[in-house]
Amino acid sequence: MTPPVLEVKDLRVHFLLDEGVVRAVDGVSFAVHPGQVVGIVGESGCGKTVTMKAILQIVEPPGRVVGGQILFRKDSAPPVDLTRLSPKGAAMRAIRGAEIALIPQEPMAAFSPVHTVGDQIIEALRLHERQWRPTGPRLSRHEAREMTVDLFRSVGISMPDQRVDAYSWQLSGGLRQRAMIAMALSCKPRLLIADEPTTAIDVTTQAQILNLLRDLQRRHGTAIVFITHDLGVIAQMARYVVVMYLGRVMEQGSVADIFHAPKHPYTRALLKSIPSLHVIPRTLLPTIAGSIPHPLGRPHGCPFHPRCPDAIPGVCTERVPALRPVGPQQLASCFLYHRDEAAER
Amino acid sequence: MSETATPWLLEVRHLRKSFPIRRGFSRRLVGEVRAVDDVSFTIREGETLGLVGESGCGKTTTARCILRAMTPTSGEMLFRAADGRIVDLSLLSRAELRPLRPQIQMIFQDPFGSLNPRMTIFDNVGEPLLVNGLRNRRARLERVAALLELTGLRAEYLHRFPHAFSGGQRQRIGIARALATEPRLVVADEPVSALDVSVQAQVLNLLLELQTRLSLTFLFVAHDLSVVKHISDRVAVMYVGQIVELATTEAIFRHPRHPYTAALMRAVPAPDPHTPSGDAALAGEVANPANPPPGCYFHPRCPFTTEVCRTERPFLRAIGAGHLVRCHRAEELALTGAC
Ligand SMILES: Nc1ncnc2c1ncn2[C@@H]1O[C@H](COP(=O)(O)OP(=O)(O)OP(=O)(O)O)[C@@H](O)[C@H]1O
Ligand SMILES: Nc1ncnc2c1ncn2[C@@H]1O[C@H](COP(=O)(O)OP(=O)(O)O)[C@@H](O)[C@H]1O
Ligand code: SF4
Ligand code: SF4
Ligand SMILES: [Mg+2]
Ligand SMILES: [Mg+2]
Repeated sequence: MTPPVLEVKDLRVHFLLDEGVVRAVDGVSFAVHPGQVVGIVGESGCGKTVTMKAILQIVEPPGRVVGGQILFRKDSAPPVDLTRLSPKGAAMRAIRGAEIALIPQEPMAAFSPVHTVGDQIIEALRLHERQWRPTGPRLSRHEAREMTVDLFRSVGISMPDQRVDAYSWQLSGGLRQRAMIAMALSCKPRLLIADEPTTAIDVTTQAQILNLLRDLQRRHGTAIVFITHDLGVIAQMARYVVVMYLGRVMEQGSVADIFHAPKHPYTRALLKSIPSLHVIPRTLLPTIAGSIPHPLGRPHGCPFHPRCPDAIPGVCTERVPALRPVGPQQLASCFLYHRDEAAER
Repeated sequence: MSETATPWLLEVRHLRKSFPIRRGFSRRLVGEVRAVDDVSFTIREGETLGLVGESGCGKTTTARCILRAMTPTSGEMLFRAADGRIVDLSLLSRAELRPLRPQIQMIFQDPFGSLNPRMTIFDNVGEPLLVNGLRNRRARLERVAALLELTGLRAEYLHRFPHAFSGGQRQRIGIARALATEPRLVVADEPVSALDVSVQAQVLNLLLELQTRLSLTFLFVAHDLSVVKHISDRVAVMYVGQIVELATTEAIFRHPRHPYTAALMRAVPAPDPHTPSGDAALAGEVANPANPPPGCYFHPRCPFTTEVCRTERPFLRAIGAGHLVRCHRAEELALTGAC
């Protein structure tokens, strides 16, 4: 197997607040292989966005990467640990937006309202030119504009030569998200991170955007980290799935394993609690007892133990389970499978 | 539920709400947005009517008209009041509405915005009681504590402020507040859309349980079809200000008769990697309600458009017992649902 393009190892990102330490990401590990779509799923506050920000080195203070590695690999070159790069330095700037691109949840905030969307993409193309086109003559504005029109066409924006001159606020939600995808893809990134790219839009538009991403992924072989809280979207998009809870990975595995043979009590409970189109109307849904703890009130031991129906007294309340294999391609952090393997703290 | 035995609680007839579009310095009238364009439906006592459609199709405007948060442009909204009188909500003045307000309450989408951050939970939930004349603080305390318990919250939360609660807890507080005056009709606009998966399940269950216990009647607005299927007895589908299909939940999901309903169902991604779904067949975007297309409003996006669709406006008509549809070709199309 080709080596992963991204390898996150025991990543820890903490926010040092006056009231205490928020351990937003607290020992997260996963790998993304070239051309693969990895889905990260979890409920609000579990650390999905902070993980993404750590990869791009855009965690805002008082947040800080306090441990772990983020290994990014370009072709056969040895991997670079992004946590070692200065966030504002030239090396990180060359990677951010060019090698690793982002589709944020709210594209409205990502585009500047005072420049046309076309101008912003043209700027990005020219700024990162040497990353996506190492040789050849410098790119002219005219050429960059032509490329932008082509990009718009390829993401399904009608009348692309007019739309490049629009401001983001003049576009509908669906068009704005397509323009964002065009911008993210402009520099031919090796890795695309999509943070809830369809959460704010209608299910019909969502279907179009997901189709587009799948199609682009197939054509260019881009690796994608797809973040969402929507298990339906994950099932349809990802090949490999990472399930997070309170800053830790509960389970990871192939999409088939996660949805058809989930091992972790949290994954199992989460899957049962989604309303589906195939239920008998007006029946109660199985629920997870209790609620997600406050970020400053993390439970001792397994983070899921206060809500877990299978918690083992004296074990789950005391130690934190480590992420260990539970199948050929599947990992879980749960004492039901690894009684003796606690994570070190 | 028997179709005939249960009387209706709300009957909406030919409801319209237009917003003027003004331009320029003189605020010249250049057109109107027909946000709700001839909507009719009834809700029977004790039932839940789900109202679905893409964003901008007029769901919230319909809900706000019923609550008289805005005055409809035209149409009737007949409400069977607790004393048996039938009143047209659209005609009532503020003063005439006041005694009816406790009977019609609202649950909002945003559990954060709907509570006053400077008031304790007791004051937030107790406010409608105070407004409606329950001046005795002891009695209010008792009632609010009972409401918190009813919605699955601990009574010791009474004197805390909203910021100390999670999204799901705040939504429960919002529900407690809506139920304070023992309403007969509850209008819920996207009440679970902003919630996480596990919290959403808890709140949906809570609404189902409360409905049975308190024999509430719900108008449940949502864009998520799975959520709507879970909670509704009947479902109305809206498109560009109009109802395009209305039927029992069972019937509409098993056998949708309008191409738009079927397309909405197919677009939902199934939480199962072995069931390919999330069909993107529905191209284009919702028509502009300020300038809807001629003929059937859905024809520019419909895969079954024929000549008549481009020129003639379809009426909402019965195609089966209690099944209404607004499509010229409903009889000949064989659409698949989700069961
Ligand atoms: N700037 C910040 N200051 C303090 N705490 C923060 C900050 N940003 C995030 N956190 C905390 O870090 C944790 C993880 O947040 P994150 O935004 O990654 O969640 P998420 O999984 O993306 O959730 P959502 O589904 O709501 O987007 C949360 O407890 C959050 O409150
Ligand atoms: N106060 C208003 N002024 C002008 N147009 C409005 C106003 N409120 C809603 N609209 C328009 O009416 C239509 C229906 O909106 P709404 O009822 O909010 O839809 P939904 O709740 O289904 O998303 C939209 O085109 C919207 O832009
Ligand atoms: S480690 Fe214990 S508490 Fe945690 S998920 Fe497994 S059984 Fe439940
Ligand atoms: S009337 Fe014609 S265009 Fe409209 S939904 Fe029916 S088939 Fe489609
Ligand atoms: Mg997030
Ligand atoms: Mg709305």
